[in-house]
Amino acid sequence: MEIERLVKMANDIANFFEAEPDHAEGVKSVAAHITRFWDPRMRSAIIAHLAAGGEGLSALARAAVAALVPPARRAA
Amino acid sequence: MTQIIPTIRWKDLGTPARVSEREVTLEIDGMSVTVAEGSSVLRAAAEAGISIPKLCATDSLEAFGSCRLCVVEIEGRKGYPASCTTPVLEGMVVNTQSNKLADLRRGVMELYISDHPLDCLTCSANGNCELQDMAGVVGLREVRYGYDGENHLKAEKDTSNPYFTFDPAKCIVCSRCVRACEETQGTFALTIDGRGFASMVSASQNESFMDSECVSCGACVQACPTATLMEKSVIEKGQAEHAVVTTCAYCGVGCSFRAEMKGNEVVRMVPNKDGHANHGHSCVKGRFAFGYATHKDRITKPMIRHSIRDAWQEVSWEQAIGHAASEFKRIQAQHGRDSVGGITSSRCTNEETYLVQKLVRAAFGNNNVDTCARVCHSPTGYGLKATLGESSGTQTFDSVMKADVIVVIGANPTDGHPVFASSMKRRLRQGAKLIVVDPRSIDLVRSAHVQADHHLKLRPGTNVAVVNAMAHTIVTEGLANDAFVAERCDIKAFAKWKAFIAEARNSPETLEAITGVPAAEMRAAARLYATGGNAAIYYGLGVTEHSQGSTMVIGIANLAMLTGNIGREGVGVNPLRGQNNVQGACDMGSFPHELPGYRHVSDAATRELFGKTWGVTIDSEPGLRIPNMLDAALDGSFRGIYIQGEDIAQSDPDTQHVTAALEAMECVVVQDLFLNETAKFAHVFLPGSSFLEKSGTFTNAERRISPVRKVMPALGGKEDWEVTVMLSEALGYPMAYKHPSEIMDEIARLTPTFKGVSFDKLDRLGSIQWPCNDEAPEGTSTMHVGEFVRGKGLFVITEYVPTAERTSRKYPLILTTGRILSQYNVGAQTRRTENSLWHSEDRVEIHPSDAELRGIKDGDWAGIRSRAGETVLRALITERVQPGVVYTTFHFPESGANVITTDNSDWATNCPEFKVTAVQVEPVTQPSEWQKRFHDFSNQQLGLLEHREPAKA
Repeated sequence: MEIERLVKMANDIANFFEAEPDHAEGVKSVAAHITRFWDPRMRSAIIAHLAAGGEGLSALARAAVAALVPPARRAA
Repeated sequence: MTQIIPTIRWKDLGTPARVSEREVTLEIDGMSVTVAEGSSVLRAAAEAGISIPKLCATDSLEAFGSCRLCVVEIEGRKGYPASCTTPVLEGMVVNTQSNKLADLRRGVMELYISDHPLDCLTCSANGNCELQDMAGVVGLREVRYGYDGENHLKAEKDTSNPYFTFDPAKCIVCSRCVRACEETQGTFALTIDGRGFASMVSASQNESFMDSECVSCGACVQACPTATLMEKSVIEKGQAEHAVVTTCAYCGVGCSFRAEMKGNEVVRMVPNKDGHANHGHSCVKGRFAFGYATHKDRITKPMIRHSIRDAWQEVSWEQAIGHAASEFKRIQAQHGRDSVGGITSSRCTNEETYLVQKLVRAAFGNNNVDTCARVCHSPTGYGLKATLGESSGTQTFDSVMKADVIVVIGANPTDGHPVFASSMKRRLRQGAKLIVVDPRSIDLVRSAHVQADHHLKLRPGTNVAVVNAMAHTIVTEGLANDAFVAERCDIKAFAKWKAFIAEARNSPETLEAITGVPAAEMRAAARLYATGGNAAIYYGLGVTEHSQGSTMVIGIANLAMLTGNIGREGVGVNPLRGQNNVQGACDMGSFPHELPGYRHVSDAATRELFGKTWGVTIDSEPGLRIPNMLDAALDGSFRGIYIQGEDIAQSDPDTQHVTAALEAMECVVVQDLFLNETAKFAHVFLPGSSFLEKSGTFTNAERRISPVRKVMPALGGKEDWEVTVMLSEALGYPMAYKHPSEIMDEIARLTPTFKGVSFDKLDRLGSIQWPCNDEAPEGTSTMHVGEFVRGKGLFVITEYVPTAERTSRKYPLILTTGRILSQYNVGAQTRRTENSLWHSEDRVEIHPSDAELRGIKDGDWAGIRSRAGETVLRALITERVQPGVVYTTFHFPESGANVITTDNSDWATNCPEFKVTAVQVEPVTQPSEWQKRFHDFSNQQLGLLEHREPAKA
């Protein structure tokens, strides 16, 4: 997946939850949204991107991606 | 299931029904009759089975009292009152037949017939003419005046409308057409011109129907008692011999129609008077634009090819399906289980979409299924589920008749949902207030007898700022319904939201600079919404197709909860769905994260339920959404797709990205009526069946499930659901359905909101609004009564976040898109009908000042360039759009409207931001490079179709 697109998507989600006054709640909400709506390959890609420095991710998106549970390896 | 109605006549009770708690008993022809107070004597008689002759009266229109045929005698009254305009009174004694009445009626008919052609035998209305019937009923035997006097028999016929003719020689000036245009449709295009003998029906200022304001809804044709207004198809083919009730396959209103048939041929489509969504009304699409079903472009034989540069080869169904299945299996073996997926169609039936998602989940073994709601109403699903607990509109269409304040946001009902717009306009004429939130002056802002009280002409992309400013006004001016909020909503979330919304940065004054809406106007609109009585919000894609689409839907739900405008008739949150079965496709589990009934795939109990019934293990991970599939195709991890009845190469944003992704795939299977834009990139083509060729159900924007009934055999030999069954079997997952009713039975077993739905019940009730279950066995008209589906209504904070799509010196204008009455979506159906006479090309609307600045004149070629691409359309200079904003429709593929739109999307659902694209517009002399490439490619593909190899015998 084109990583710039995933970064933008993560940042867009984070932008919505930025308004949440409780930061921990915000991080949880962004991570939950990504977990509920992104297919495993997209989640793996964004997790790998963060591991490689996470260029372009906003602070909240970064915190949320860090909180993601890596998807289990997929059977063929 | 197919219920054949032998007769083509409706029972006409003469005047509309009256709703009253009080009943009145009177005597008619010696019979005691009890009816609702306010009923006419004519209707009371008809309800008792007594037919009083009539011509100008019909039960879809208010009584007019002009023909004098329905005269009766009433004891104690002088003279012979018209029964249509005489209300019933307690104890009234009415006599409908006497020698005197017979003389009077015969005299009336004699005058009518003295100026009417006597060509009954060759007349198109022969056998279905009220004038003919009445001549028979009154016993007309001679016309003493002769036929040589002054008359209208040589009046010229108007054949300008492609679907019906107007023959003034046959007109009896009963005004039914004029009244239908006013009362039923609300367009006011027809009048009676002249006085006395010179009176005649006139379209606009004595123009031809085609040049007039007529919108060709067919209401006048329906109301006409003679052959004056007559469908050309009936003139050509004669009267039908049987009829079948079915549901329109155009917009989300889901009108019920009677397909009037001769054998397997549709003679005409007549709006069903008993239709629960449309009550006998129609629009130019549903009423007339059905000819695409038998258009020569229909492809009726399966085809395959190895590469998109090869000619197509016609093959048997077995070969085509076998080829598709082996390709999918090969791709999955090489690239993993998740490397293929499917797209369900919002134009197909519930049963068909259910089967496609089942195929993806059970036979492909993943959740890579999505539907075109992705690009229209996915934010509705997300936003309403989050706040209210259910991904659907809250009302019936009829609810609008109890609204005191109507708010239309980002929707253009007169064009997109015309039949519902007629009800809305009727309510507005009765005095309801109107607030329009739209960057453009849509027809509703000012049209015949309708004027918006407030038009919030916002800048595109600032919806959330507007809804926040409205909520701020209501909260800070103390206009909220605190009691409702306290009783029905989550108080903790509300307190947090209230603190947010009350901040000064959300005030109309602060946001004015962003929205462009004057603060005073914004406050006035908010006050009206909060205090004007029952307030109902209707919204469309101008809400959802934004980077903050879901936020705006949430904002709308917040507003409704804040003012207590939810949970009863006349109020609510009403998404106007684009396609006929968008609601149904979403309900049926077409989203990659949800099983039918909006249950997340991560929920083990739901997976267990479906897994057990289907005999498979359901993947617990969400699959790819359409834009994600396309991205994954370009990186090589997604290589095969089964697309039923969708055209993503035209309807989805950033066309060049879509077509590159399609080209990158190894197996694209398209099931459709025509070789659509997407099919030009396909390797397998499976012939689809139109709504006339199959059985099933559609669910409209008010959650109404209506039957679709087969009226003719499938041209390709298979209904769409049968094709999916075949493909699934070839993939190694057999499905044993013999009829769509069995699919619905399975849906009902697995989906709580559909528990009580069956084809039998639909036959009995006509239609059912879900939830339909043990608590509501006949369905649910209004949602969230007493309690929200999620329990407590949830206020969610809606921070305004400007879109990343910004104007600049290079791209100084904002392009927004929409649709037009005569065309439908990608136009695959309507472009293949005479509807193109109204709209034969997409134009770019531009404000006079922007046009002048650029040296563009009306009709000039204008190049529209965005960061994504460039296209060329002819300019239409109009003040409908504000300076700085341009607008176009997307009904023609060569227009390339989506070549310009960007890949920005809604944060929650990836619904594309169709409504905001920064562009430059300049005068040009030739088509864009993309258009030239499109033209060449399209021609090449049509050539490959034309030179297809016939199937070997």
